[in-house]
Amino acid sequence: MCGIVGLYLKNKALESQLGALFTPMLIAMTDRGPDSAGFAIYGDEVPDGSTKLTLRHIDENYDWGSLAGSIKDDLDVTVDWFKNSKVAVFKVGCEAEVIQNYLAEKEADILILSAGQSIEILKEVGLPENIAETFNLASMKGSHIIGHTRMATESAVTMEGSHPFSTGQDLCLVHNGSLSNHNRLREELKREGVTFQTENDSEVAAGYLTNRLRKGDTLNEALQGALKDLDGFFTFTIGTRDGFAVVRDPIACKPAVMAETDDYVAMASEYQALTTLPGIENAKVWEPEPETIYVWERDQ
Amino acid sequence: MKTIDLQKHTVRDLNQALHDQAVECTIREWEVLEPKGQHNIACGLDQNLAVDIKGHAGYFCAGMNKKAHVTIFGNAGQGVAENMMSGTVRVKGDASQAAGATAHGGLLVIEGNAGARCGISMKGVDIVVKGNVGHMSCFMGQAGSLVVCGDAGDALGDSLYETHIYVKGSVKSLGADCIEKEMREEHIEELTELLNRAGVEEDPKSFKRYGSARQLYNFKVDNASAY
Repeated sequence: MCGIVGLYLKNKALESQLGALFTPMLIAMTDRGPDSAGFAIYGDEVPDGSTKLTLRHIDENYDWGSLAGSIKDDLDVTVDWFKNSKVAVFKVGCEAEVIQNYLAEKEADILILSAGQSIEILKEVGLPENIAETFNLASMKGSHIIGHTRMATESAVTMEGSHPFSTGQDLCLVHNGSLSNHNRLREELKREGVTFQTENDSEVAAGYLTNRLRKGDTLNEALQGALKDLDGFFTFTIGTRDGFAVVRDPIACKPAVMAETDDYVAMASEYQALTTLPGIENAKVWEPEPETIYVWERDQ
Repeated sequence: MKTIDLQKHTVRDLNQALHDQAVECTIREWEVLEPKGQHNIACGLDQNLAVDIKGHAGYFCAGMNKKAHVTIFGNAGQGVAENMMSGTVRVKGDASQAAGATAHGGLLVIEGNAGARCGISMKGVDIVVKGNVGHMSCFMGQAGSLVVCGDAGDALGDSLYETHIYVKGSVKSLGADCIEKEMREEHIEELTELLNRAGVEEDPKSFKRYGSARQLYNFKVDNASAY
């Protein structure tokens, strides 16, 4: 099953309430996905040339302060960081490749959940309401957010197998459905240099997009390619730095509903997840068409 | 009239109260408030009741309906009026996929658009859609009628048996063994009656009729020896 939710604010005045508006949406999809949950929130941007990372370490008591000190000394860059539950958010004054390569070399046990200027990916095993509380979602601010509640089918219930999956800088993907050609596709992508952390089918979809974008595709081109190359059932929501995209497979048996007002665009697997949004009674509510790419992005 | 607020009562409470009316009917008119997209509202009714649902409904609303007249003042999720036997279900807004799936009888009216697979495997229900229907509508439709006042998506009437399909707008593509057929006087009469029952004002002469070419495996007498 699985549940997907997304909220993109058109009205900047609501940005301080993003987490509060989104929390009941995520919790409403518990019936569709009680195994794990996660979300990618966009906001609190770092300037050009700097990078924001969400990091985890297998040792929950890992000394993030000491890592920050090492980065400062070794790379001679500014480092600002804070801890949110088991995750650390680092803001580093260098390009993403520099810090990612540094971490890969120095600390192999660190998992980079996301990298970019705006994105933070937070996810965990357990009920959505517990995860929202763990990361204090209700107090978070930002411009847009996408989330997922997982009912695991194709791989184990682990934090790593939870959604969203990072698909590149400031990009991530959540998936409702299952892919049938993920094993073959994973092997092809590995040969092209994409790395995977799990046996999860959705991670392959994320890896596919990462690979296409890396080769210079626009998001739209990459998603057109996904419609052709991914075999299976899917409703995807893809978070970008400026908004989000929604795409359903040509058969469209995995549900999706959208709502739009002057203040926001929202998507969810079921309408139930939208009922707590302000002004939903008079919102334009519709189902996205199969095999059609919808993109909402703010002007730069 | 009895009013039930679904933010104060469960769907199970509502459905039980409606089912109790099958034994002895004490209240004919029902109003359901604050449905907020919940699933299985007003399912399995078996009495001549009028049920007004004031808002959007979730999956399978008015499923298995018998005799009752259910109106949804909003959108309906997947499988509205699925397996309906008799009565009327009216959706004032849009319906999601598989509206009227496998339904044996009664009338389903969708005043907005219907999603994919509208009337899939329908077995005698009449469905009137004022807007468009999505892909694979009427897949394996066996009996009854599907009227579409707007456009139909891909593969309309795939593997069709004997359901009558009438479409006013365009058809993106026809499914396997579904063909356009001549609109004879008897069909104009049938369509006129369907539009009247649904309370939809359209000129029956502006519709095209589609049906089964009866060329697939099941229609070939040569295949009878396999049994």
